[in-house]
Amino acid sequence: MSFEIEKIAGLARLHLKPEEAAKLKNDLEAILGYVKKLETLDTQNVSPTSHVLEIENVFRPDQVNPSQVRDEVLKHAPGREGNFFKVPKVVDK
Amino acid sequence: MTGSSIKAEKGNTPLHQLTFKEAIDYSKKEGNKTLFDALISRAESLNPRLNAFLRFNKSDSPPHPSPVTGPLAGVPISIKDNICIRGLETTCASKILAGHVPPYDATVIEKLKTAGATLFSQCNMDEFAFGSSNESSAFGPVKNPWDIERVPGGSSGGSAAAVAADMTYAALGSDTGGSIRQPAAFCGIVGLKPTYGRISRYGLIAFGSSFDQIGPLTKTVEDCAILMNILAGHDSRDSTSAPNPVPDYTKALTQQIKGLKIGLPKEYFVEGMDKEVEKSVRDAAEIFKKLGAEIKPVSLPHTEYSVAVYYIVAVAEASSNLGRFDGVEFGFRVPAKDLKEMYFETRSQGFGAEAKRRILLGTFVLSAGYYEAYYLKGQKVRTLIREDFTQAFKEVDLILSPTAPTPPFKIGEKSSDPLAMYLSDIFTIPVNLAGIPAMSLPCGFTKSGLPIGMQLMAKPFDEETIFRAGHAFEQETGYYKQKPKL
Repeated sequence: MSFEIEKIAGLARLHLKPEEAAKLKNDLEAILGYVKKLETLDTQNVSPTSHVLEIENVFRPDQVNPSQVRDEVLKHAPGREGNFFKVPKVVDK
Repeated sequence: MTGSSIKAEKGNTPLHQLTFKEAIDYSKKEGNKTLFDALISRAESLNPRLNAFLRFNKSDSPPHPSPVTGPLAGVPISIKDNICIRGLETTCASKILAGHVPPYDATVIEKLKTAGATLFSQCNMDEFAFGSSNESSAFGPVKNPWDIERVPGGSSGGSAAAVAADMTYAALGSDTGGSIRQPAAFCGIVGLKPTYGRISRYGLIAFGSSFDQIGPLTKTVEDCAILMNILAGHDSRDSTSAPNPVPDYTKALTQQIKGLKIGLPKEYFVEGMDKEVEKSVRDAAEIFKKLGAEIKPVSLPHTEYSVAVYYIVAVAEASSNLGRFDGVEFGFRVPAKDLKEMYFETRSQGFGAEAKRRILLGTFVLSAGYYEAYYLKGQKVRTLIREDFTQAFKEVDLILSPTAPTPPFKIGEKSSDPLAMYLSDIFTIPVNLAGIPAMSLPCGFTKSGLPIGMQLMAKPFDEETIFRAGHAFEQETGYYKQKPKL
């Protein structure tokens, strides 16, 4: 199959250089060719496994616990203003 | 075991060669300062060649020789660079996390500190644990201590090489598709991937959330059991950690395996596998028989589909988990004119080639129109692979196989062919798909002196049987005593 590398890269928020895109497209087509072998298996009556543990609905007491890491979390942020993460302008006025 | 620790006390064994257990016994009597000195001088001379530790700096390791308290008595242990340590830069060997200093300890780090261990260096790895050779690290490849032209395996290659080269007494790694077991095999040491849910992943930087497990890489099976006693258990901060009670794993080291049923899966001994690896594992089966175990053929018929399932489901999870690295909150940011461009530039410059490959593949299999054909299909075949193990474990207590189809390969040998690299995980991936525990331990050497590892797989939460059989085999064969010439 043909892998629409530009479209998928856009969804993944990646810019690819032309030579990088060509190599990746090639690799990904080979891998997708390999995984085609799954089509030979009949899985019509098989339920999917999303999780292997036999536990569900894990709850814990709804208790307030102190978490005083705000400054430490913001310390290694690439951009900060006051108590916020700072990012470039989202919308032009 | 006591014999060798007495030797250490008399000074016959260099201190860096002690096992973790011997180092604990030594530290309780003599303190841990000399242990640190031994490891620091060892790492100083070897790390420039092996590149097993990241950011290794004599002056800041150890931060403080800690008091000799708790069951681990201040003994040094090294940590894979994807496990968060409060106040220390933690990067997943990726440029995109450069400068990321976690404000908290992972649960396993908290547990090690409480038990008295002292952290000693962070280990190199494949970027975000994506790889089987440690060649995808943004900080250069790790070399195999047995032959520095060969890979140490991956992704916990730094952890395995450091333990094998006696640069540390034990290390933590993580295993999503074989990342503890395959490097343990390639470096001639012991590595355990516990049952999914056995150890808390709180503070482990996520790759494939339905597969990831933290586990120990050690010189002996006993060392591994000692660490599992500390690491295992439920954690309210990880809702996927299991509530099952934690046994004393060291009680399983009885050397009694009479009557144990061990299965040899016919699908793991296939055309094209390395002859020396095959012979070594078949010889191991004979040794188990001699020790009183019963060897039975078993079948895991869907084995050949494992790699295909893994490279759909695990990359889907990875692409989703890596969505958070966008230059906003941690690490690296490329300044740009607007937010969207900042995302694109930060991710394009921050991620390496293998990370991009997996992000793209994962994004594709989850994208509109392809979800059912790939992702859902992969999850269904995952069910078939789990059921294979459920059936097999009705007849046997353990399953024995090679850990990897070949001995350690050359650096560069598979790096241009991702599919060939992925297929080197064919024997370790099924275990992660099924969520069961498995250990790799040394079972011999090739004629050219490269280590060979075998894998012991067990039912969910039956690590004890692995320890029992692994310890009996190790004591019988003594392979762990062989050291690389460095």
